Amino acid sequence: MIEIENVTRRYGTTTVVDGVSLSIPVGGVTALVGANGAGKSTLLSIIGRILRPDAGTVRVDGLDVAATPGATLARRLSILRQENQVAVRITVRELVEFGRFPHSGGRLTREDVAHVNRAIEYLQLEPYADRPLDRLSGGQRQLAFIAMVLCQDTGYMLLDEPLNNLDMRHSAQTMGLIRQMAQDLGKTIIVVIHDINFAACHADRIVAMKDGRIVADGAPREIVTPETIKAVFGIDVPVHEVDGRPLAMYFA
Amino acid sequence: MVFGGPAGTGFRPRRARTAVACLTLLLAVAIAMFMTYDLKGSLDYALELRGRKVLGMALVGFAVAYSSVLFHTATHNRILTPSLMGFDSLYVLIQTLAAYFLGTAAFLQIDVRLRFGFEVLAMLGFAALLYRWLIGRGERDVYVLVLVGVILGTMFTSLTELVMRMIDPNEFTRLQDRLFANFSTVNQDLLVISAVCVALVTALSWPLFGRLDVVALGREQATNLGVDHERLVSRALLIVAILVSVSTALVGPVAFLGLLVANLSYQLTGTFRHRYTVPVAGLLGMVALIGGQFVLQEFLNFQTRLSIIISFAGGIYFIFLLYREANR
Amino acid sequence: MVAEARQGLRGGWPTASKLTGWARKLEGRTLAGAALALLVVTAFCSLFIGVSNVTPLDVLRLDNSDHQTRVFIESRVPRLAAILLAGSAMSVAGLVMQTLVRNRFVAPSTAGTVSSASLGLVVATIWFGSASIFLKMSIAVLFAMAGTLLFLALVQRMKHTDIIVVPLVGIMFGGVVQAAATFLAFKYDLLQSLNAWINGDFSGTLRGRYELLYLVGGLTGVTYLFANRFTLVGMGRDFAVNLGVHYERVLYGGLCLVSLVSAVVVVVVGSIPFLGLVVPNVVTMTMGDNVRRVLPATAISGALFVLVCDILSRTIRYPYEVPVGSIVGVGGGVVFIFLVLRSRSFGS
Repeated sequence: MIEIENVTRRYGTTTVVDGVSLSIPVGGVTALVGANGAGKSTLLSIIGRILRPDAGTVRVDGLDVAATPGATLARRLSILRQENQVAVRITVRELVEFGRFPHSGGRLTREDVAHVNRAIEYLQLEPYADRPLDRLSGGQRQLAFIAMVLCQDTGYMLLDEPLNNLDMRHSAQTMGLIRQMAQDLGKTIIVVIHDINFAACHADRIVAMKDGRIVADGAPREIVTPETIKAVFGIDVPVHEVDGRPLAMYFA
Repeated sequence: MVFGGPAGTGFRPRRARTAVACLTLLLAVAIAMFMTYDLKGSLDYALELRGRKVLGMALVGFAVAYSSVLFHTATHNRILTPSLMGFDSLYVLIQTLAAYFLGTAAFLQIDVRLRFGFEVLAMLGFAALLYRWLIGRGERDVYVLVLVGVILGTMFTSLTELVMRMIDPNEFTRLQDRLFANFSTVNQDLLVISAVCVALVTALSWPLFGRLDVVALGREQATNLGVDHERLVSRALLIVAILVSVSTALVGPVAFLGLLVANLSYQLTGTFRHRYTVPVAGLLGMVALIGGQFVLQEFLNFQTRLSIIISFAGGIYFIFLLYREANR
Repeated sequence: MVAEARQGLRGGWPTASKLTGWARKLEGRTLAGAALALLVVTAFCSLFIGVSNVTPLDVLRLDNSDHQTRVFIESRVPRLAAILLAGSAMSVAGLVMQTLVRNRFVAPSTAGTVSSASLGLVVATIWFGSASIFLKMSIAVLFAMAGTLLFLALVQRMKHTDIIVVPLVGIMFGGVVQAAATFLAFKYDLLQSLNAWINGDFSGTLRGRYELLYLVGGLTGVTYLFANRFTLVGMGRDFAVNLGVHYERVLYGGLCLVSLVSAVVVVVVGSIPFLGLVVPNVVTMTMGDNVRRVLPATAISGALFVLVCDILSRTIRYPYEVPVGSIVGVGGGVVFIFLVLRSRSFGS
């Protein structure tokens, strides 16, 4: 269980995350949605201890994120940011192998190798496994990083805009995969996403943020309504039911 | 900016091991040649003298190479080296300042070991400052680092020159002889301390290599994988400061050597894993210095200085690196 | 990185003032006027600073046989003239270069121009030792031009260059050329002369040994005539061609001008670090990038900066002199690092 208590973060004079409290139980996919600059990514980075909050605490399974040793935490929780640039030249397989670092500290055991192969297979990266990362398309690279965090084999996975750079097919595939990881492997996944329809389709719970605060929290059916969307994004959008799921028609 | 091995090659540990073996052999040959070629006069004396020189060069070659690799990891790029960032010009400046404030005579009377200790402390202070100011604050980009570094280097050199002029011209000459040591006049005490320092630092940092590999992936990835990025980077910079002090105290600034051997080592091993790159770079550094000095003194009759050749070759290689990266 | 390079080739400074239109123009004029007034006052003072005690009254006596007057005419006036000419010319050369190459961090000292000029001097001294100073200088100029063009060709053949790679290539290229020069100087026992060319110094400026610098003054005037063209070329090839400017001719002509200026300054006073880099950047930061508008201010500030440093170099260790290059190196370095860090923290 992840417990977030009164977390605040400021950049200069602007408050990006403003006293957020939230608890996320084990299991399922939680989508963080909101307009640009609503504070979703910042909140996610704070949960993943990449950023320090100015106030408040985050606990993962009762462990305070700020006080727990990095290595302990890295076996429970993984975070993938949207901009992933690696300064060194490495292959996809090498990158995925680093996912095992928190477990084996750099020397791979047979079990680690099995994990690596499984992750590569799961994301269908075999054809590219020995290519250097910087020779891949943006989408393929994104999948390689997802494979790395998958390989890290943590109960909690935090993904920041995993659909960035992905085309229609890969977006749908990746979201399906996230769904699948939650269902088959029992992961708890928090994903920042800006397309509310993807959230509605694949998440169990949607948390909507605006100006650094949580403004709505509930099952997709409760959140994807014209009123809530107006409140979160500030636009009038009709919502239709398609195949038993709510769909916001924001394209018109 | 992504630097690395030749295009399309994955990492093959065997290649790295072959490189280590070949270079060890080459180093042995270079040392043997240097020690025995054209021995004249008192055998004991000559061997002792040459042995001291070889030890000095080996220490410098290794320290420069190791510090450059660590610096590359800590700053996430492969062009910056401590010497480009003005580390070694700072060392010279610190010495000059000490001589100025204490007076040359008093300065030269201080025990070498004590002096070296203080100088290393000052260097550590600078490393900490640099870390906080440029790297610790997060998202400073490589541009700024390189540019600021090059300028700092020039500035330290100018400042050194300025302080030297403030010292009495007569005393100044005396000081200059002591400050700009070369391999033949290396102080024995200093050699011993340096050897101990390098051995100690290497032994202490060897276990960090696995975590340093992760640091090379970048701050966010490292944090995600449970490695305390900040702490490792600051430790790496402290090690760099010690190693630079050692090499500069022994021979003065050696520009480009670190850049050259570190990048050659990435190319030879095809990886960025410290377990392989550090030994290969270190061996390259030692071979370059000892072999180069041998060729220079036996075949070119000291017609030039090794540092000039290294700057020349290093500069061209560096431009080639930039050129290749820009045309990928 | 590539995207960033495309988006702002020169990595624009954040403009310090938000004034626009006439208000900004007026501000620019006031600044330039204030700098000019300061320059005149400082220049006057500098004439009476030195080991020999010369007062304005001594000079007014106008007695040629008088020691004080002789010092004044033989040494003080030439020195002041040399400082003003070299300071302004190198700053303007830096401005032109950063405009033409479209990179803020490129200047004669970061593009191999200065080191090529000193290599040329070494070569000239070794193989044409007995030749006149003009021939030697011509050789230095040729080397400076060749070096600059080589650098430019190198940079132009790189596909993705960003704002820092260009000066970095230049600095390294300069280092290689410098190494070659040191190699030759070491071999032919010219290290001392080479050091004199590398470290700028005005203490040896006497009547009869600095007049070449007037050429540099003339060249700075020529630069002013072509200023608008340089600005257009600085906006890019397509832009310049569209407005009917002969791109290549202006580009190479401008670079020749810069090489000529750098070579002459190196021959007469030696190289002065950071000058061509710092001064144009400070000025364009406050006044924008229109060459014609900023050129006078650049020239004045450059002269003022060198003059102040030179006065310091004469007084800091009185009665000895400290090379002016060291003072410029320290002062310029501090200013430049401040600039770089400030511009970045504004940007993020």
